[in-house]
Amino acid sequence: MAGQPHPEETELIVALRQGDEGAFLTVVRRYHAPMVRIARAFVGSDAVAEEVAQESWLAVLEGLAGFEGRSSLRSWMFSIVANRARTRAQREARSVPMSSFGDEDEGPAVDPERFLPPDHPRWPGHWATPPERWADEQLAVHETVELARRAMQALPPAQRQVIVLRDVEGCSSEEVCQALGVSDGNQRVLLHRARSKVRAILEVQLRRTA
Amino acid sequence: MSMRVPDQPTCREIVELVTDYLEGQLPVGERTLFEQHLVYCDWCRVYLEQMRQTIRMAGEVSEESLSPETREELVRLFRGWKGKK
Repeated sequence: MAGQPHPEETELIVALRQGDEGAFLTVVRRYHAPMVRIARAFVGSDAVAEEVAQESWLAVLEGLAGFEGRSSLRSWMFSIVANRARTRAQREARSVPMSSFGDEDEGPAVDPERFLPPDHPRWPGHWATPPERWADEQLAVHETVELARRAMQALPPAQRQVIVLRDVEGCSSEEVCQALGVSDGNQRVLLHRARSKVRAILEVQLRRTA
Repeated sequence: MSMRVPDQPTCREIVELVTDYLEGQLPVGERTLFEQHLVYCDWCRVYLEQMRQTIRMAGEVSEESLSPETREELVRLFRGWKGKK
């Protein structure tokens, strides 16, 4: 996770404004991969995501003079890349009517079939098919991380955008709301749907390989 | 395990409250009921642990390093910007 903004940020910003190439490479090494991943949560291919990230770097450089430090450099850059990626995704999907949450389902976190019915005499709404503990060895392997990555990629766009920012890049809920222009409540609903679905996919696969 | 008390959340309700719980957004009363449920329900404890593990897995999806080509392109972009300003 990216964690908290780095403390030497003010110095970096000053150096960047002065055109210090070393400072630029420092921020590129730190933030290029996250910017590509964020862009990829909006657009349809790795190549387009890379392109959006590169355009965003130029927008960052051009916007530096006006950057007032009201948010961290990271939040500010993530907002830039999210906005550009959103515009790009809308252009890509020109023929499809765009409503930001239109494609989000409101299904439950867990298949209702896995719970006892509400009229069960003793245990209404309790687990009928409970989850089984995952083995540490299964979680330690790279394949499981890869599985999580693919599960996130398969989510509806708004859910994917929130989980990538929160759980992959380690942004705070405030940063996510700012970057995506959603309310805190909405952000949490999307995060809940996203995490619940990724868990469900991991569960199916880990049971298969157990 | 005990008989269900009417205002206690069921497992089916618990799984929908997990994110609010992890985000520290459950009102105190609900938070208490949530935690009481976990004391007696092994299965919901497993579920909560799996949600935490899912979050950790997502946090590990971030290993790729910068390719030399990308680095060069970005440096070119930087020099172009510097030349213009």
